Amino acid sequence: MQNAGLHPPDPVGDTPAPPRPRRPDAAPGRFAPDLLAALRLYAAVARGAFRRFATYRAASLAGAFTNTVFGLILASTFLALWHARPGLGGYDEVTAVTYIWVSQGLLVTVAVMGGGFQDDVQERFRSGDIAIDLYRPVDFQGWWLATDLGRAAFHLLARGVPPMLVGSLVFRVRLPEHPLTWVYFLLATVLAVVVSFGVRFLVSLTGFWLQDSEGVRSVTLVVSMFFSGMLLPLALFPGLLGDLAPLLPWAALVKVPTDVFLERVTGPGLLGALGFQLGWAVVLLAAGRLVQLLATRKVVVQGG
Amino acid sequence: MADQAVVTRAPLPAVTRESPAARVAWAVRSWWLAAAMWTRAIMSYRASFVMMLCANVVVTFLDFVVVILMFRHTDTLGGWTLPELGFLYGTSALALGLANLFVGSVDALGERIRTGTLDIMLVRPAPALAQLCAERFSLRRLGRPAQAAAVLLWSLTALDVHWTWDRVLLLPVLVVCGTLIFAAVFIGFASLQFWWGEAKEIQNSFTYGGATVLQYPPTVFAKELVAGTVFGIPLAFVNWLPALRILDRPDPLGLPTAFQYASPLAAALALAVAGLAWRAGLRAYRGAGG
Repeated sequence: MQNAGLHPPDPVGDTPAPPRPRRPDAAPGRFAPDLLAALRLYAAVARGAFRRFATYRAASLAGAFTNTVFGLILASTFLALWHARPGLGGYDEVTAVTYIWVSQGLLVTVAVMGGGFQDDVQERFRSGDIAIDLYRPVDFQGWWLATDLGRAAFHLLARGVPPMLVGSLVFRVRLPEHPLTWVYFLLATVLAVVVSFGVRFLVSLTGFWLQDSEGVRSVTLVVSMFFSGMLLPLALFPGLLGDLAPLLPWAALVKVPTDVFLERVTGPGLLGALGFQLGWAVVLLAAGRLVQLLATRKVVVQGG
Repeated sequence: MADQAVVTRAPLPAVTRESPAARVAWAVRSWWLAAAMWTRAIMSYRASFVMMLCANVVVTFLDFVVVILMFRHTDTLGGWTLPELGFLYGTSALALGLANLFVGSVDALGERIRTGTLDIMLVRPAPALAQLCAERFSLRRLGRPAQAAAVLLWSLTALDVHWTWDRVLLLPVLVVCGTLIFAAVFIGFASLQFWWGEAKEIQNSFTYGGATVLQYPPTVFAKELVAGTVFGIPLAFVNWLPALRILDRPDPLGLPTAFQYASPLAAALALAVAGLAWRAGLRAYRGAGG
């Protein structure tokens, strides 16, 4: 595991702890919280995750290929729809096609279909290592959030940029007019990753009760694909569905970043969109913390 | 003890000398035994299984809701109506879902090579491919084909098909051959993992990506792509070509009518190629270094 060098063997237990390895970036003690050291630790964790995913070069290439193929397929279907109804949902043919390529770039980056840290956590449920994770001197939720941010940074480069490049060669796409939009888009993407993490963290924690969160994951996958706007822009949803969908957390995953990229939201609207993401991020992380607390108590009841 | 060992080992040399038909039968039987074993294991959590299957069927409908939502804004897509798209969606998702149920687990090949567990399968007295396909077999995967079958049935009631004997016959042929073609695509692209262990995702382009293509009318796509599904990876034979016959639609490529009946041939060819790819991969495999 990539965390071998970062975590000392746990000193709790009957056997005496082996000597701690020397680390330049000292982890903060549980009772001496040092914000700067903590941030440095999480940055190191994120860097580790980035490097870990970067080693799977062939997998990245295969994945980018798949994103590109799906982009080509979906762009064709969107063109057929917008050909029949120009201007539908406030998109023209060019922005509709751009929507496809941006959303394909986001698909793996913000883990719309789940995955990322979830695969690791699931494996640790199976092996029982999850109990060790919980009494480490690093926060459980913070640790996995840091790895997921590192992973997302790599996937944005490896799985986001190539499809976008191919898409802009094959189709006419709309790039942001204002250079600052790129910065806002990056910010929206980071917030999207955090919201997505919040949802996936809750899904993974069901493993404490169900032992296997695979079933819940397969259900949330479809819900997430639908309500994120990955399959169809939320602007095309009718009636009550159209009112409800933009309020759900999944709207933060694809709808908001694409809106920012296509400059459909500017000024106060932009602030509102980012605030919407931030709000869900805070709510979901807090909920995750609460469930984690309950889960920790359950593990103690079972006897660790 | 010694007697028993002789008894269990006895059929093995006989099997390797048997005709291809007998070998296929033995592979199917091995698959069946392994799948039954996994099913018994999963059925020990019956309530959880039933809940998840129901949730799966309900939730996968959201997938088709996307198509319905598109048709709230337009009457035709590429010149095809909603029931016609329902027919394409139903047949494509049904074929993919069944193929995924039967052989979908084969995509774990790269993982098994990496962890060295493929070797365990190779020393067992049953075909490795059959074991791999049945690994972690889960009837939970019935959710997707069940939902697809429902959409297909709805489309058949909503469509005004002029049923002739060849069209009636084409429908079951389409489902069986479509499943076989997707199974061949699963196995063929999974075999790539013998050489390129991390290439698991490539196959998604052709299985899930292929199924997505087939859910829409061929008129939506560039002619080159449609031609690729006829003469390259034979996905067009899953449902596009037979659907042209059943729904009485003109072929955008203007191919001879014979193509619309050629799905069994395409399925046989695809399976043969996939089988060769698998065998070539297995020959090239050099073990985990034990």
